[in-house]
Amino acid sequence: MHPAYSVIFFTTLTGAGYGLAALLGFGLADPTMLSAKLGYFLALGLITVGLLSSTLHLGNPKNAIRAFSQWRSSWLSREGVLAIVTFVPVTILAYTNIFMDMHIGWLGWVSAVLSMMTVYSTSMIYASIRTVNLWNTWLTSASYLLFSNAGGAVILTALLALFEGGSGDMPKIAIVALVVAWIAKWFWNKRQSEGYGGSTMATATGLGHLGKVRLLERPHAMENYLTREMGFRVARKHAAKLWNIAVLMGLLVPAVMLAIAFGLQGSTTAILLSVIAVITHMIGMLVERWLFFATAKHAVSLYYGDTALDVK
Amino acid sequence: MTTLPQSTDKKLGLVIDLDTCVGCHACVIACKEWNTGGYGSALSDQQPYGAEPEGSFLNRIHTFEIVPEGGEVIDQSADSRVVHFPKSCLHCEDAPCVTVCPTGASYKRAEDGIVLVDEDKCMGCGLCAWSCAYGAREMDISAGIMKKCTLCVDRIYNETIPEVDRIPSCVRTCPAGARHFGDLGDPQSDVSILVAERGGFDLMPEQGNKPTNKYLPPRERKPLSDAVNTGFEAANSDNVGDATGFFGWIDKTLSKGSNNSKVGEE
Repeated sequence: MHPAYSVIFFTTLTGAGYGLAALLGFGLADPTMLSAKLGYFLALGLITVGLLSSTLHLGNPKNAIRAFSQWRSSWLSREGVLAIVTFVPVTILAYTNIFMDMHIGWLGWVSAVLSMMTVYSTSMIYASIRTVNLWNTWLTSASYLLFSNAGGAVILTALLALFEGGSGDMPKIAIVALVVAWIAKWFWNKRQSEGYGGSTMATATGLGHLGKVRLLERPHAMENYLTREMGFRVARKHAAKLWNIAVLMGLLVPAVMLAIAFGLQGSTTAILLSVIAVITHMIGMLVERWLFFATAKHAVSLYYGDTALDVK
Repeated sequence: MTTLPQSTDKKLGLVIDLDTCVGCHACVIACKEWNTGGYGSALSDQQPYGAEPEGSFLNRIHTFEIVPEGGEVIDQSADSRVVHFPKSCLHCEDAPCVTVCPTGASYKRAEDGIVLVDEDKCMGCGLCAWSCAYGAREMDISAGIMKKCTLCVDRIYNETIPEVDRIPSCVRTCPAGARHFGDLGDPQSDVSILVAERGGFDLMPEQGNKPTNKYLPPRERKPLSDAVNTGFEAANSDNVGDATGFFGWIDKTLSKGSNNSKVGEE
């Protein structure tokens, strides 16, 4: 699948933003300190920029307002509705934290639950697509939710280190969240070997009983919307290299940084390392999300002879 | 509404005969011609006279070669065959392209089962094209709106055109008679009988879309190797077999006066 930058930024930024909003909702930052105030500002910023980014790939954005209407059947519509609803508690809490030095416990829980429901809806946009076998699994939702929490935890650790003089147990929580998220992602990634699930060129054409089916001629000489959108291919060796970069930047570097920061609680080094952990983790997540699209194969590729599609 | 109707009164669709299709692409052009000027926005082309021309089409013909076990290419094991494969929207009963639509632009009609896009509502997110296993939907690059086969909804009910033309453009134009249009929900309809007699099948049934359009498999045929034996041997030998009538007379006449008597009498 074509990895559109707008959608990559949308899923990574809103993922981290909702993760941070959820953790702040649990009251993990002191509302009198700058950590909670800046935390809410950051969470709202990430969510807003991410959602705006998602509209950039629309062919006809003037109708985007209609996307809130079909929540009965469409996960994309549900995601839109939940995103708007979630703004209510997060914005109220941002106001009370920033201007009144106050956290509202029960509203925090509402905010956390709604945040996770929104991330789940985002994941289901992909997980509900039967044509892309790699996405069509509960592991997609699991990794989206866990990555969202891990991202929020890494950011919150840095905020606590910066403005509360120490992160307490947050680095440990963040490391555990990172490891758990990447375990889910590792199982997800293993499913690449399943290809198109049960679909083959034989089932796509219904001609398998006659022998081995291969594409003799494409319907068109040049590219079209389908080959560019669904037929995107990343060379296997590049994918493997990028996967290693994603694991290194998204998991290993931030985990090591946070472990050292935990040992040096309160020092300037700890602050610096916590901030570096945030930056590297976000870079790792962007690479991970690029691969989420680029390595996913769409069943329509079978009509184009599968490997007949160009390697980009 | 992007929820699917429980059932539809009719199941209008196409039956495509893979035995008969000659791969001429006339249906592709007829479809583009009709649909670029009719229902909804035009089907745009990008660089139509440039180095890399492309455009939106609602119907496309793939061509496959099927090689049986032990065969390599035509004339060796002599059983491989070429199948031209027209593909357009299958107007699925369980159409995922309808339910994923966030804006309500995609819908399936309860009266005849046709899946359509309301272009005034489409925001061009492309999710419906992602959900379609058959590549039936293409985003028009100029309009930023999703295009798909309408089963020529503006022809089949159109009382301003002659009755003979009230079928989809692709069916009307097919010179080989490889495309058939009708109600696949009615077991007594011509198309349903055709599907039953010829063993019509679904594309990718495992995807669970319950497509309405059916495909008829290529008919069984004698191995090409048989044709090679009879055809080439006859051409290269003097044996004309038991030719009778006109060819028998020619054989007899030409044999006169030559040194060879009629081969059969040797």
